[in-house]
Amino acid sequence: MLAAARTLVCRDLRVALRRRSDVATALLFFVVVTSLFPLGIGAEPNQLRAIAPGVIWVAALLSSMLSLPRLFEADHADGTLEQMLLGAAPLGVTAAAKALAHWLVSGLPLALIAPLLALQYDLPAELYGVLVLSLLLGTPVLSLIGAIGAALTLGLRGGGVLLALLVLPLYAPVLIMGAGAVEMAAAGLGGHGQLLILGAMLIVAAAFAPWATAAALRIASE
Amino acid sequence: MRWFWYASPQTFFPLAGTIARWSGIAAAVLALVGLYIGFFVAPTDAQQGEAYRIIFIHVPAAWMSMFIYVVMAFWAGLGLALNTRLSGMMASALAPTGALFTFIALWTGALWGRPTWGTYWVWGDARLMSELILLFLYFGFMALHAAIEDPRRADRAAGLLALVGVVNVPIIYWSVKWWNTLHQGASVSLTAAPKMAATMLTGMLVMALAFWMYSIAAAMLRVRCIIRERGA
Amino acid sequence: MSEFFAMGGYAWYVWGSYGVTFFCLFAEIFLLLKRSREAKE
Repeated sequence: MLAAARTLVCRDLRVALRRRSDVATALLFFVVVTSLFPLGIGAEPNQLRAIAPGVIWVAALLSSMLSLPRLFEADHADGTLEQMLLGAAPLGVTAAAKALAHWLVSGLPLALIAPLLALQYDLPAELYGVLVLSLLLGTPVLSLIGAIGAALTLGLRGGGVLLALLVLPLYAPVLIMGAGAVEMAAAGLGGHGQLLILGAMLIVAAAFAPWATAAALRIASE
Repeated sequence: MRWFWYASPQTFFPLAGTIARWSGIAAAVLALVGLYIGFFVAPTDAQQGEAYRIIFIHVPAAWMSMFIYVVMAFWAGLGLALNTRLSGMMASALAPTGALFTFIALWTGALWGRPTWGTYWVWGDARLMSELILLFLYFGFMALHAAIEDPRRADRAAGLLALVGVVNVPIIYWSVKWWNTLHQGASVSLTAAPKMAATMLTGMLVMALAFWMYSIAAAMLRVRCIIRERGA
Repeated sequence: MSEFFAMGGYAWYVWGSYGVTFFCLFAEIFLLLKRSREAKE
């Protein structure tokens, strides 16, 4: 079962790396969006420092969401999805593997380059750790929950926008905790509580989201 | 068993009509009683003056918005588990009413907040945030349902979404304990003595019952429409 | 009587709340009855 999962993750990664532009696009989107905010809001350093956690988090959230419609599309189009439905590996494991691949390609790079973007906002260096950690804990949750949305909207017109409408309310608690962790740390209060809650969210999402995704895939494939 | 007999949309149709009529009447009567208590029996509040009377709509609407979502998720879950048609229809019938009460809670909350706290809206307050997210969850449910052609698949997909979203409802309920923010602390607890005058509490509870009866009536009416439209 | 409508100066807020609420609820029922009539055909 784990072997099947590993194979699937590797395959997805290979496909993603073949279409390197897709991966790069999401990252570039992240960079561009975070760069746009100072242009719109003004260059006042205190203001930028204050909004930095929120802006970086929202940008990460939107970037992560960008590649979700494509998560199952290709497999659905060429019949691989039906194979997965009939396959030996439990569909939940398959769904978890796809979410993991999605995170490795979109969430993890975002978390790693976040400090560079935080530089633009003059975020103090001691907050980089909390920022990266919050993103490392939060972006997998986004991938896991996003996979449910991607499965529910598989093959529908309206696609990406509908997916966003479904998934953004579910993202909100992650965003609140993630940005909140950095903001708490900025205020000198540590942010550990939020990070712990993010960790809890990750555990719960990892435990339940794949099965919801699997159910959604079955519903979408009838 | 009688329950399973009513699981067929055809046999449920007339029963839904009967329920709608009686709960509609109950709703009207309870609303009249509740409004009477709210305006003529409950005293003026020492700090908030007459503005607090919005509470007789705001709190019951907020309770209903959350309650309906849970009931909706229940029917959705039942429909997914037992593969029944009517359960999915019930969930879809409840959604617009739930969304309406969520909107009413937010609207009346804003109008109550302005004279009492000085602002229509506060970002970062857990209860307000969660209620807004609840509204988006209702919209998501209805949008997903509308985007899928086949009604059965629509019921199932939206139902799954409702189940996933139901995690949000406890977060609303416990949010006041987690964050110490602007929204007034829970004044009605099932165990602790309420911090408001007995007449105010009674008025609120009567209005809550009125809204509950109303929701049942509206949902029954809507499910009848759905049954007719699908020719089930 | 006019005191009742004034609601201690909070008239807009109180009646704005109650007004919108009951308008919404009546509108929902009205629309449902209309939908029911149309579904009969």
